Amino acid sequence: MEVPILKQGAFLIATFQAALSDADLNHLRMGLVQQVVKFRSRAVIVDVTAMDVMDSFASRTLREIAHMIRLRGAETVIVGIQPEVAFAMVQLGLTLEGVATALDLEEGLAYLNEKFRTAN
Amino acid sequence: MSAGEIRVAINSDQDIVIARQKGRAMAAELGFSSGDATLIATAISELARNIVSYARKGSITLKSIQGSSRVGILVLAEDDGPGILDIRQALRDGFSTSGSLGLGLPGVRRLMDDFEITSQPGQGTTVVVKKWRQ
Repeated sequence: MEVPILKQGAFLIATFQAALSDADLNHLRMGLVQQVVKFRSRAVIVDVTAMDVMDSFASRTLREIAHMIRLRGAETVIVGIQPEVAFAMVQLGLTLEGVATALDLEEGLAYLNEKFRTAN
Repeated sequence: MSAGEIRVAINSDQDIVIARQKGRAMAAELGFSSGDATLIATAISELARNIVSYARKGSITLKSIQGSSRVGILVLAEDDGPGILDIRQALRDGFSTSGSLGLGLPGVRRLMDDFEITSQPGQGTTVVVKKWRQ
């Protein structure tokens, strides 16, 4: 399943679908980092609004994506974690330590715009 | 309310997605809240992932169950893989032999109401978990 990656100015927006397999997530991990390099993006927003399950593999992949993108000098914001998914993640003991999160796409964009405005 | 029994063969990472989708559908059919259905689907995802990671193939069976005054769902995860040498250790947070997962079993136990595991080295692993409708 292809994950659409949208270029929005200096940012990239990747929208996760509900039924991503491990192979899809691995594919996306490489794809996103390559796109960050290609477009010289400052930040990536990963929108997980549609994801109904965030298990250990998915959250580990998100952490890895964020770390790889940080090594590239850009920032990652995870947006749209559903309340039920957040609850299940906490029960399972999963964390997204060191990764910025925001309520939804709008809040994520606002966070990044503010951040890069003050940085300039 | 005749969700009955569904068995999903687990042979690849794609089957993990199928198993958790079927689990969520059955939970919804049995009247579980959306939040509990998410917990059940997440537990199934972890159990199916253990099968793929450690045993390569096995199955997930979903059953509707009837307690004295309540309805529930049972998830049976079976494989003929290498088994678990030290179950107590495998149930401790942070334990992993594949170096990548580690949170699976203790996390699954927290997500569900009942948790049973039987495993013999070389004989495979069977995990049975249940969740009761609130």
